[in-house]
Amino acid sequence: MSLLEVRDLRVSFGRRRVEAVRGVDFDLDDGQRLGLIGESGSGKTVTALAVMGLLPENATVTGSVRLRGSEIIGAPEAALAQLRGDAVSLVFQEPMTALDPTMRVGRQVAEVLRLHQGEESGPARERVISMLAEVGLDDPARIADAYPHQLSGGQRQRAILAMALINSPDLVVCDEPTTALDVTVQALVLQKLDEVLTVSGAACLFISHDLAVVSQVCDKVMVMLDGQVVETGTVAELFTNPQHPYTRGLVATARLDQTRPGQRLPTVEDFYAPDTSVGERP
Amino acid sequence: MTEPLYRAEQLTRRYRNGGTEVLALDHVDLTIEPGRRLGIVGESGSGKSTLVRLLAGLDRPTSGRIWFEGTEITHLSERRLGFLRAAVQMVFQDPRSSLNPRMRVGDIITEPLRSRLVRRQLPDGIDHARRLAEVLDAVDLPTDAGRRYPHEFSGGQRQRIAIARALAPKPEILIADEPVSALDVSVRAQVLNLLTDLVAAQGLTLIVVSHDLMVVRHLCDQLAVMRQGRIIEQGDTETVYSQPGTEYTRALLAAIPRIRTAG
Amino acid sequence: MKRAQLITGLVLVAAVVVTAVVAVFWTPFDPLRVVAGQRLLAPGWPHVLGTDGFGIDIASRLMVGARTILLVGIISVGVAAVVGVPLGMLAGQAGGWVDEVVMRVSDVVYAFPALLLAMLLAAIYGGSTVTAMVAIGVASIPAFARVARAGALQVMASDFVLAAKSSGTSRWGVARRHVLPNIAPLIGVQASVGFAMAILAEAALSYLGLATPRPNPTWGNMLRDAQNFLFVAPLQALWPGLAIALAVLGFNLLGDGLRDYLDPRLREVP
Repeated sequence: MSLLEVRDLRVSFGRRRVEAVRGVDFDLDDGQRLGLIGESGSGKTVTALAVMGLLPENATVTGSVRLRGSEIIGAPEAALAQLRGDAVSLVFQEPMTALDPTMRVGRQVAEVLRLHQGEESGPARERVISMLAEVGLDDPARIADAYPHQLSGGQRQRAILAMALINSPDLVVCDEPTTALDVTVQALVLQKLDEVLTVSGAACLFISHDLAVVSQVCDKVMVMLDGQVVETGTVAELFTNPQHPYTRGLVATARLDQTRPGQRLPTVEDFYAPDTSVGERP
Repeated sequence: MTEPLYRAEQLTRRYRNGGTEVLALDHVDLTIEPGRRLGIVGESGSGKSTLVRLLAGLDRPTSGRIWFEGTEITHLSERRLGFLRAAVQMVFQDPRSSLNPRMRVGDIITEPLRSRLVRRQLPDGIDHARRLAEVLDAVDLPTDAGRRYPHEFSGGQRQRIAIARALAPKPEILIADEPVSALDVSVRAQVLNLLTDLVAAQGLTLIVVSHDLMVVRHLCDQLAVMRQGRIIEQGDTETVYSQPGTEYTRALLAAIPRIRTAG
Repeated sequence: MKRAQLITGLVLVAAVVVTAVVAVFWTPFDPLRVVAGQRLLAPGWPHVLGTDGFGIDIASRLMVGARTILLVGIISVGVAAVVGVPLGMLAGQAGGWVDEVVMRVSDVVYAFPALLLAMLLAAIYGGSTVTAMVAIGVASIPAFARVARAGALQVMASDFVLAAKSSGTSRWGVARRHVLPNIAPLIGVQASVGFAMAILAEAALSYLGLATPRPNPTWGNMLRDAQNFLFVAPLQALWPGLAIALAVLGFNLLGDGLRDYLDPRLREVP
């Protein structure tokens, strides 16, 4: 039994049943790192939300998402809340909205710990500080006592990483975790993510539109287009021998430095011509 | 020697953010020749966006002076800035917030043509409808796009609408503030190709602000690296790439994510 | 749940509007003519809701009352919006001392209850529907100014306004083309809620005799009349009270429902 088993996941929204995810299947084993790559509107974020049971009220979900054998779809909120932060944790794109601006960072990280482990404040603080150090924050004690607005974007995102990993989850779901960060900070956060995942042995579902970023953390990648998975393979396979024309387009556009300056850059449309017209994208 | 398009001397911009004072620009000197394609590279807090806002006349420096085409614009009132507004147009980063969601695309694109300041600078009788069709064609959007609303388009298409808007008043200079950063990686190439083609076809001067060195490399022949409100390195793009002069530039180059095929 | 709210609000508001419109042309009985032998009849046929202390059909008076309430609501909200929204937009767009001055003046008016103003006007001009409308309208200006200002501030911070400025659009152009269309939904919500408050205010004022004078019926003065007969014909007080409650509920639900309806649409599908 895999850690995560997704079978024929279909998600649509609203009364007009706009289909965001149209039949996605995949397995994720313990410790495995799987990247989910696609453009905005491909359904990748919706898939991640479905795995966490975090879809909004107007979503219609069918299919099966099993975490260690327990079905997520349709599970009661209380049961899901138990899983989140403990067996599964989440790292989203905007560090500022994921942190409560009125609470010190250390306390927020500790709260995740207390919710699931029920530890007292003394030993919790030590665990928090050591976790903050593990994600590469210098002077973790000071960071723990700081408010979110006093930290830089990279520091906040690493604090969120600490929150995500402090309970040693089995699965970490990351949705564009570094998109809002500067390029040097992004490199650092990705490196740290790779390290702490290796140390903790957690599995990772990494969602992004950037193949180069995904490849820093994951070895296997699924390509999503219009709600479906069109290709799966290791980064090496996708890079050297892409099968689907859309994948070829993605790989070609993933590295701007492969084209000489002054030359025309290859675009996705050179490889894959969608038959959608203006107005179909959500 | 040709008159430089822009000349900036000791530009400084300070402002208050809550209780603290922020020094966004620290005595920056800069000269931009006409016809050049300049990239301004830096991370958040480097002052790059502040600098171009000053160049576009959207903000006033705390101290220092700016000249545009020989005329000092540092303290000119809005009424007298018509010549700047007509000649310099900007493309902003986020295509979701740079287009008024309640305006039709056609009206958005032709809005620059409706300003009294700009109209005084343009040749008489610019036909809005014809200009709209021209720029829509130039950015490769269908002619009926003008009747639709921004939310009906994808991010890449919206950015093209923003470019069309910038081109409508036939500017001489295009300032692009992070033109592709908010777009998916796979969509960036299209917009970059478009910008390159347009700049070449219309003989525009281009100023690109970006934190992404790869983007700047494709669009610009000259580069200025900014850090904490100062320009720390400047020169030809290829030279800076192959022989970065500062530690910081080297770090920026090294941080660009490259596809890792090993496990 | 949210849609149920919106629909209920719409239904209630529609009921009030339809009743008011019909009342312009027709009521079952004359709402003003005293009929001696029919005082305080219990609800039945033909007087569906009974008659009041003057023998006049309550249902007819209620219908005319709806007309008055609607008129008061429209005029006072209209006045408040026409004055308050431009002021709020000005404050939000101009900032600086203009903002300060406008908002402080607005605060002063806000602190001044509609009631006091109505009493003042009534003392000078004699209480009437017009004095009620003016008093309520003026008292509602600050609420609209505040909402318009908040909306304007948000719009002014967006990139498309910056783009407009860099294209040379004048401040007036920005207000007309960018700020106003984008704050319109907020103003609409405020109008609906404001209407509810206007109804309540009018009812209170006419109950106190500071608004529409007798014999013209408003729900407020009908309540006052019913007070005299409270132990003899308690139902007489029920009808205007119920009408007020339902109308206020309707406009509030409509306003809330609109606000909720607008919100998720602004959020894109992830």
